[in-house]
Order: sequence, then C-alpha cells, then structure tokens
Amino acid sequence: MAESRPRVGLFVTCLVDLIRPSVGFAAVKLLEQAGCDVSVPRAQTCCGQPAYNSGDRADTKAIAEQVIAAFAGYDYVVAPSGSCASMIKKHYPGLFADDPPLRAKAEELAARTHELVSFLADVRGVEAVESSFSGAVTYHDSCSGLRELGVEAQPRKLLDSVPGVEIREMEESNVCCGFGGTFCVKYPDISNKMVTNKAGFIAASGADTLLAGDLGCLMNMAGKLQRQGVPVKARHVAEVLADMADRPAIGEPGQAGDPAGGAG
Amino acid sequence: MLQSSSPAFKENARAALADQTLQKALGNVKAGFIGKRAKARARLPEFEDLRDAARDIKNHTLANLDFYLERYEEKVLASGGQVHWAATAEEARNAILTICRDAGAKVVTKGKSMISEEIGLNAHLEEAGLDVVETDLGEYIIQLRHETPSHIIAPAVHLTKDQVEADFRHHHDELPADRSLVEPEQLVAEARQMLRHRYLEADVGITGANFLVAETGTSIIVTNEGNGDLTQCLPKVHIVIASLEKVVPNLEDATTILRVLARSATGQELSAYTTFSTGPRRPEDLDGPEQYHVILLDNGRSQMLGGEFQDMLRCIRCGACMNHCPVYHAVGGHAYGWVYPGPMGAVLTPSLIGVDEAGHLPNASTFCGRCESVCPMRIPLPRMMRHWREREFERHLSPKAVRFGLAFWAFFARRPALYHRLLGLKMRVLGALGRAQGRFNALPFAGGWTKHRDFPAPQGKTFQQLWAERQKGGAGS
Repeated sequence: MAESRPRVGLFVTCLVDLIRPSVGFAAVKLLEQAGCDVSVPRAQTCCGQPAYNSGDRADTKAIAEQVIAAFAGYDYVVAPSGSCASMIKKHYPGLFADDPPLRAKAEELAARTHELVSFLADVRGVEAVESSFSGAVTYHDSCSGLRELGVEAQPRKLLDSVPGVEIREMEESNVCCGFGGTFCVKYPDISNKMVTNKAGFIAASGADTLLAGDLGCLMNMAGKLQRQGVPVKARHVAEVLADMADRPAIGEPGQAGDPAGGAG
Repeated sequence: MLQSSSPAFKENARAALADQTLQKALGNVKAGFIGKRAKARARLPEFEDLRDAARDIKNHTLANLDFYLERYEEKVLASGGQVHWAATAEEARNAILTICRDAGAKVVTKGKSMISEEIGLNAHLEEAGLDVVETDLGEYIIQLRHETPSHIIAPAVHLTKDQVEADFRHHHDELPADRSLVEPEQLVAEARQMLRHRYLEADVGITGANFLVAETGTSIIVTNEGNGDLTQCLPKVHIVIASLEKVVPNLEDATTILRVLARSATGQELSAYTTFSTGPRRPEDLDGPEQYHVILLDNGRSQMLGGEFQDMLRCIRCGACMNHCPVYHAVGGHAYGWVYPGPMGAVLTPSLIGVDEAGHLPNASTFCGRCESVCPMRIPLPRMMRHWREREFERHLSPKAVRFGLAFWAFFARRPALYHRLLGLKMRVLGALGRAQGRFNALPFAGGWTKHRDFPAPQGKTFQQLWAERQKGGAGS
C-alpha cells in the first residue's frame, strides 16, 4: 500500500515572505521531494516573536491564536527557521497557561511543528537531497534552532549529501551572531561587536559561502560581510539543499529572477 | 547599597567597546573558562544528572526555606556562634560595624564576598576608620585601583597582566625595580608577600559563604588561593556574610552541588580549598577564632520567593552564564552598572534594585540561550529576562519609540489581509530600488542596522504573492 502523503502547512516566516521568497520555494521543493503535500495558509503573518521578546503578551497571544487557527488540520507545520519554529513549538503553550482549552490547542500545534531541515532528516528520514553545488561552505548554528530544537547534525548531514559541497567549519559556529531580533537595533553597538567577531570567523574559515537556517541571522551576517567588503556569499541552507543556489545571494545585486521557479 | 550606573548601560557599553585594553583583557574570559568547563563536563558522565539533582536540592530548600534557616540558626547557636538577621543592606553593614567595634578592631581582612560588594561594606567600614584589606588576589588588585569587581568569580578579569604589574609597582613601595613580574605566579607571590603580615595584624576576618549547612550550622567557602582560610582562622573574630538562599539541608546536598560548582566555574573538579567552618574555636582546638558570627542577609530575596523569579535563588554564583555570554564578552562586567553582571545579573539586579533602575539589563540579551545551557542549576535565565521585559511593558517603562513601533507592527500582524496587501506593495518598491546594488547602505527607520551593516534588498514580490500566482495558473513556473 502506498504511503499517504502527509499534509504540511508551510509557516513561511515574515522575513522569508518579505525579503527572500526564494527560500520559501526552496522549502516547498524540499518538502515535496520528501513526499509531502504543501499548503501555505494565507492567514499567517509572523510568529509573534517581536512582541513576545518585547514583553507584549497581549499581542503575542493574539498572533499565536491566529497561527493556531490558520494551521489547524495539517499533519505537520514546517518553518524554514529554527527561531520561528521554536517560538511555536517551545513558547506558544506557555502563553496560555491560564486558558486550558487554548493551551491544549497550542500544545497540539507544538507537537506538529518542526524546523525545516530537522523535519526532513528526523521526521521524513531524508538521508540525501537531489542537488549539486560547487564550493566551500561554512554553517552558522542559529541559537534557537541549536539550543531549543537540537538542530546541529541534520543540516551538516544533508549538506554532506550534496555533490560538490565542501564543509569548512568556522570557529565558534555555535555562538550568537548578534542579530537577536530587535536586539540588533536596540543595542546596535553591542550587536555590531558580535557580528564583527562572527564575520571574522566566517572569513577565516576560507569558505566562499555562508549558510544558516535562519534568514534574520543571515541578513545580519551578510550585511556585515558586505559592509566589510568580504567576498563571502550568504544563503539559506535550503537554497543549496534544493538546488536553488543559482539566484543572487543575500544582498547581492542582480535580477532576482523568478524566485519560484528556476532550477525547480 | 552600592550605587548603580545601570541606567547608563548603553553609554557604559559604548565606552567599554571603545576601550582597547579592556577588549584585550576580555579575551581572557573566553580563553580561560569555556574550554576548561567543557572538558570538566566531558570527564564526568553523570554531570547532567548532577545538574538535575542540584536543581532539585535547591528547589526543595527554597520551598522550605523558613524551616532550614531556623534549623541552621539553631545549629550555629549550639556550636557557640551567633546569627544576625539583616533585612536590608544597612542592617547588615551596621551589624558588622558593631561587631568590629566591640572587638576593638583596627584592621579587618576579607575573603572574596559578592554580598559584601552588594551592601557596600568596605566603604562603610573605612568611613568608620577601619583598615580593610582584601586578601583574594583579584579583589586585592581592584582594591588598589578603587574599582569594583567586573566578574563574580574573577573580579579583576577586566585587567591585563601589564596593568596589574603597573599597579603593583606603583603601590608596593618596597618592590625592587628589577624584580620580574611578568608571570602570573610572580604577581601572586608579590601580593602574597604584601598580604602575609596583614593577616597577622587583623582583628576581624570577614568571609562570604558558598553554602550554609542547616544540618550542622556549618558555612563552606571554596577558594583557590587559601586566603579565605587565613582570613577566617587567624583573627580572633570571624564574620560570615551570606544571603538567605545559600542554605542547603545537609552536607550530602552541599557536596552534590560542590560537584557541579567548580566544574562549571573554572573547570576544576574541586577548587584548591573547600573550607568548612562550624562555630568558634573549642577548648580543645589548636586554632580558630574566638567569636563566630553569621550575618544572614535578605535584601529583597524573600520578595522573590513564590514569584516568577524564585528560580534565580538557586544560583550558586559559579559565573558560567557570564563566561559563556557573548554580550558579557563584548562589554565586560562594569557596563552592567551594579554588583552582578552577565545573565545572572540581568535577572537578579532588577529584583534587588528595581526594574526602573536596571531595565536595560534584561533587554540587553539576544536570548541566545547559551547561559541556560551551561547553568549548573538549570536556571531559565532567558525566560526570566523576558518576564522582566513583560513587567516593563506592563508598566510602560519600555522606550516610547519601541512601544509605538511595536503597536504599529502588531496592528498589521494581527490583520493578515491588510498586512499582505500593504507589505506586498512595499516590498516591490524596495525590491525595485535595491535591485541594482542588491542592498541598502542606509534606510530610514533602520539607522541602528545600517550604521554598522548593509540591509539586503528584498527580492521583490512577496512569497504570498508569488504563491498565489502559482496557485492561479502556474505564473511562477
């Protein structure tokens, strides 16, 4: 009997939606290759972290309720971001401690929610992806994905399966890049010190491409590398895994082309 | 209490970032602590289980704190010591000064104690005419420099070796100019030589406590220099100053927590000295103080019991959170503006001096979670920093620009249809503007970002727009 295709609701994340939709299409392609039917609920905006981390509980809860409703009924919810996936998985249930019915819904959603690469490797058992790439990459472990969801070996394993990828680990790959959501604009000088350190380690790795699983961190690091004139390209790891690394890298000039199509 | 400069955190941080000598010294934090802790942890297979056990011991103790404190007091009294309950810093200072005066003290030696920093003890005793001598090497150095500790276990970590050598040459009159002070051991020997006769002159010795043991009335200190032992054994009066939450039920519990303490702090299995003190000297003892006093300080801690910050009272002051904190690495401990820096300070300081005063501290974190991942007591530090942000938000203490920006954003984030229409248009404009360069050098309303880094241009249409086109008939393929 053929295995039924699980229904996956893609949590696009606000940054991918607005800044780099090609990452969303890379995620769709990878999920489809892993045997999933992908839908994109229209009633999603953001996971609510800007409000949550600013102490604004009321707006956080309203946004969480919106996400809970929008993603009801899918077998899985997958986000191309450890940070947003962790917000839903680890933090939503605690928002409704005093509201048992909503708490139950939040817990049920949390159980179905995954970060993209760990979903592919751990839930769908993907061992190798259909892609090819030419170059040396270094992988930055974004904080929430690493420490709240245990995303560490999975992206490296899948990258290893891509012909032409050479992984060059940077020093302190598991140390924060200084993005931190609103932190980088609330404390710009400290954030700058952190991303300067990070850019130094990236450059020292000798890699020509920086990969990570979170667009916020990537924009921060890419922006710093470019300001410093360091010729390292930055991409979401999904772009390489989905064989969609042919469009301009983050912050690189040129026609975006068609974020949805191309090599797919 | 010690005056705080926490409201000026941003200015403090900026100055720290521009201070090249400080930045050089801060490199020692990463180099000196992180690898050693990781190795110590790797050598002990049951380390994670011990963290659970240590957390559970403290949780149990905090849930029964009144019982264990009364039991502890009983045992101290039974061993011939005295207990002084101090609700505030002022009460603690006065109790200590009274003991010193009653003893006719002129010279007071001190082991390292963050509580004494918290209550501003040195200044108080000096104003009363006492000669106060810090005996921990780091504390001794910063006392010479009239500074405060920048780290809870390495008080002078903000200084380079060269600075310390210069201080010694300046202050130690009898130091021959040709004596080498290049190696850390030589600096230690020099300080030791200066301190040796001060131990013998001292009338009162003051130490902190890492643990107070309810079962036996014992106070425990851990040190690496042995200065604590000399401080508490040689003078005729020993004063222990400790906050309420240092109590543990019994010696077994203390040793369980000791197994994670030094490993988390310095990567040692145990510190060089672990010293147990129970009461004053007994007739059959060869040495020891004639009087043994314990000052039990509250200073806001009992207010934390039963609330969302109670977990913070599990803290054993190992320093692992700040040793692993990228913000601490960037700005050092003094920028935090009060006694306790780093992640533990970001949670504890608002509890003790008010979030109005220390509001920056829990905000100056990326929530990277590295602190929680190494905390031997499994204190959820990021969660509690977020709780402080919630308190600030509720009380309208967050900056107006932040509140306004957040309200504006949330209005749209809560209305998906409007959100997609508005931002879809905006991204197309930004995408078109940024396409040639691929990024922006400066952007209105994003100065904090573009001051230091470029902002990548959006690709153009949003994912939602492209997805809708693709669903409608393959416009995207």
